Amino acid sequence: MNIALYASVFLVATCGLIYELVAGALASYLLGDTVLQFSTVIGAYLFAMGVGSWLSRFVGKGLAARFVQVELLVGLVGGFSSTFLFLAFAHAASFRVLLYLVVFVVGTLVGLEIPLMMRILKDRLDFKDLVSQVLTMDYIGALFASVLFPLLLVPKLGLLNTALLFGLLNVGVAAATLHLLRDAIPERAGLRALCAGSAAALCLGLVFSGEIASRAEGDMYADEVIFSKSSPYQKIVLTRWKDDWRLFLNGNLQFSTMDEYRYHEALVHPALSAHADPRSVLILGGGDGLAAREVLRDKRVGAVTLVDLDPVMTHLFTTHRSLSALNGHSLSDPRMTVVNADAYRWLEKNDRRFDVVIVDFPDPSNYAVGKLYTTAFYRLLSRRLAPGAIVTVQSTSPLFARQTYWTVVTTMEAAGFKTSPYHAYVPSFGEWGFVIGATSPYRVPSKFPAGLRYLTPDIARGMFDFPGDMSRVPAEPNRLDTQVLVQHYEREWARITHGG
Amino acid sequence: MTGLTRREFIGGALAAAAFGACRTERGIPGELLGPNHALGHKLRAGGFPAPTSTERVPVVIVGGGVAGLTAGWKLLRSGEGRFVLLDLEARAGGNAAWGENEVSPYPWGAHYLPVPGPRARAVRELLRELKVIVGDKGGKPVYDEAVLCHAPEERLYIHGRWQEGLYPRLGASAADLAERDRFHAEIAALRRRVGRDGRPAFAIPMELSSRDPELLALDRVTMAAWLDEKGFRSPALRWYVEYACRDDFGGGLAEVSAWAGLQYYAARGEGEDDEYLVWPEGNGFLVRRLAEALGPRVRTGALAFDVAPDGDGVRVDYHDAATGATRRLLAKRAIVCAPRFAARRIVKPLREDPKPSGFAYAPWFVANLTVENPPSGLGAAPAWDNMIHSGEGLGYVDATHQSFSQNRRRAVWTYYRALTGDPEGQRAAAYKRSLAEWREECLRDLERAHPRLRERVSRFDGWVWGHGMILPKPGFIWGAERQAALKPIGPIHFAHSDLSGFSIFEEAMDRGVRSAEAVLAALGKSYRSSL
Repeated sequence: MNIALYASVFLVATCGLIYELVAGALASYLLGDTVLQFSTVIGAYLFAMGVGSWLSRFVGKGLAARFVQVELLVGLVGGFSSTFLFLAFAHAASFRVLLYLVVFVVGTLVGLEIPLMMRILKDRLDFKDLVSQVLTMDYIGALFASVLFPLLLVPKLGLLNTALLFGLLNVGVAAATLHLLRDAIPERAGLRALCAGSAAALCLGLVFSGEIASRAEGDMYADEVIFSKSSPYQKIVLTRWKDDWRLFLNGNLQFSTMDEYRYHEALVHPALSAHADPRSVLILGGGDGLAAREVLRDKRVGAVTLVDLDPVMTHLFTTHRSLSALNGHSLSDPRMTVVNADAYRWLEKNDRRFDVVIVDFPDPSNYAVGKLYTTAFYRLLSRRLAPGAIVTVQSTSPLFARQTYWTVVTTMEAAGFKTSPYHAYVPSFGEWGFVIGATSPYRVPSKFPAGLRYLTPDIARGMFDFPGDMSRVPAEPNRLDTQVLVQHYEREWARITHGG
Repeated sequence: MTGLTRREFIGGALAAAAFGACRTERGIPGELLGPNHALGHKLRAGGFPAPTSTERVPVVIVGGGVAGLTAGWKLLRSGEGRFVLLDLEARAGGNAAWGENEVSPYPWGAHYLPVPGPRARAVRELLRELKVIVGDKGGKPVYDEAVLCHAPEERLYIHGRWQEGLYPRLGASAADLAERDRFHAEIAALRRRVGRDGRPAFAIPMELSSRDPELLALDRVTMAAWLDEKGFRSPALRWYVEYACRDDFGGGLAEVSAWAGLQYYAARGEGEDDEYLVWPEGNGFLVRRLAEALGPRVRTGALAFDVAPDGDGVRVDYHDAATGATRRLLAKRAIVCAPRFAARRIVKPLREDPKPSGFAYAPWFVANLTVENPPSGLGAAPAWDNMIHSGEGLGYVDATHQSFSQNRRRAVWTYYRALTGDPEGQRAAAYKRSLAEWREECLRDLERAHPRLRERVSRFDGWVWGHGMILPKPGFIWGAERQAALKPIGPIHFAHSDLSGFSIFEEAMDRGVRSAEAVLAALGKSYRSSL
């Protein structure tokens, strides 16, 4: 009997500390500033325990039944605390209030546990033994929890499951108490049902915690997530707020429907409209079909080949009703051929030649993508060009990443292209840069296809002027064996995003 | 770039929870490979039947490693296509052996070739032919960019994170860095130094090096002794130099000669020449192209067991593994391109030489691991060569590093480990170890840098090289035995990198081409020297 009660004290103490650690860790990971979060969470929690201890004096009759009820509450509130907080985080305005509220409630309930337990045990033991043994178990439980938490629980279970599991343990203590002190609890049927219900709720939580986490992640995007899918290559997330659809790949904004036309008109038409007879066009990247939509505006174009790595992207933008409406159903146009392949390998194997090539790769943020911005890549590309061909390359921001931008220009020149750098303003990206590469001199077109919302011949001419803050800087060509571009990109964007 | 985001942390913790329960040490499929032991044993056991056929051919090359293949290449380029090359393996290539799986080709041995300097003329000639050198600019060869090692080239795991480059900069003190600079200054001086005979102190090929006794004296001390004498005590620097010795010679500082250790640095150029040519299958690319060029002249599964002078020519008896028959070749000249320990069994006059051999070989273990979702680790980005400071081995090389694919979910890593110290004992122990034991050692070694790597390894193959590399022990390179071994015995010529005293492609090729030119001269054929 006593052993069972000591075990209960031990478990209760372990659970109590675990909830405190879960709240502290969650706050640190969600809010940052570990020292502040842990200090305030622990402080609030200990104070709440004091409040609980003080409140215990108001518990009079039916001590054992009250204890079972408190245990069940601790199990439920503590068990679901991390899930609740995690889900609540997306609504960040009130998150801190919710955090301390949860910490306070759990702390208060945990503060009730030990005093109640000591009073239950007071008739069975000497006072000095009682205090000594209960407090000993309490502190051992605390040690156990604090060692277990970082070494086993967080790495193996994660924060959500840890809290849920310990909630179950609290419910277990409640059930055991109900059984051991059955003589002191006259009305047991209701409590038994509550135990079963709480345990079932926590088990359900454990089963669905994976889904809850991904749901909560969705909430971290500012707008409603209407689509989220992990392809083998990237995580594709689409959000919508009123008319504004946004596509994120691996968390990076790819376009917003509010201004994507600026980007895609600027990407495509200065090159395409400058060509005298663009029969066959190649698009590298651009699986969203938006560049393809612009290309297809030009009725002179006979065939478009789009090479994008990710079949999930191209499938989504071909078949999804709203998304294919965004790109004007370009990917299912009869002039269109969609190929899912690695661009470099496809160019190596395929010996067709093209009049216009639109290169719309992700920014050179890692060494694998960086290879698609090297002299080796542009040389390979130039072998796939028909006489008089024009190429255009998206090449990051000349304002935020000036060295990166001009390195792309220099690299294309080193590979034998005559370049014409230009830029456009896209509100959701800022000032954005492109480079036209050709073998013969380039002239800005005086006529564009009908239906454009942004580009006019006058606007286009202005795009080729670079103000002083983004004018040309000396650069080394980006080669496979140096990959200077990735280093420039990393340095320049780190300066922007970390304000360093 | 290295910080864990909140979402990644929580997502990871959840994923760990999901997998935690069912994650057990599963069996990782794989095989333990190595040079053909069965045929090797046959050579020692003897008892081959009498020859059932006799062919006449002007030249026989015994051994299809780099020396043998390049000897054949030189003969062919000089208009002498009438030769046979015998190799006991199923595929020629020697130490440049390679394999392939559904992820990538990968090396089983030599995995890179430093961009050759101007003295390695034969190597440059071969690279031009293979279109690895695509032109010239300002008197210097221009290499196919795709074949140069893509950046980042090297990184080192030390103090719990990856740093760029192999010199252990993390944790190095100002005194360490000063010693490193002084070491590089010493090397730069040696690089410029010319011996009293007017030749460069150190050259590749080594045959072109100075014979100035003052320089050759460096061969009589160990690299460790040289560092001591020069007052190089920085642990970081000594680790760095020890790494180089293990990598190129399979021996530690106290095992290899200072001449060898210094030529590693001083025989190659600085700055822009300091680049590597890298293929997914390592130097397997080169031997494959060479073997293709030689075509049906290459006979595989062919164990030459007796090479003997015969009249004014030479007779070569070999065991044909496919039929079990013994075949005889009668030639005017033979080039034995086998390592010395094998040549001493094959070549009759050497077999009869009672003196023990001073040629020592370092054993190696090499593994290829197929890694799912390869981890990158904290710090510097994954490189081609990934060395672990506290490791037993030489870290790993990523066979998929040169790929242009954006899909990086699977990789093949090649793990190298030189079994340094007491070659005989190490070799005997290496032959006894099971694949499971190798796998455990290798994984434990790599898990210093990539915890729980084993959960991502879907295949593990190992290869034991009992005689991986000639070990340039003090006194060996410029000693009498090596120099005597270079001399032909009548019509029997010798070519192998061990005759240079260290095992690198350029030396193997130099020996191969040199012997082929000697044979061409003996046959009265005109040729343009590649040397």
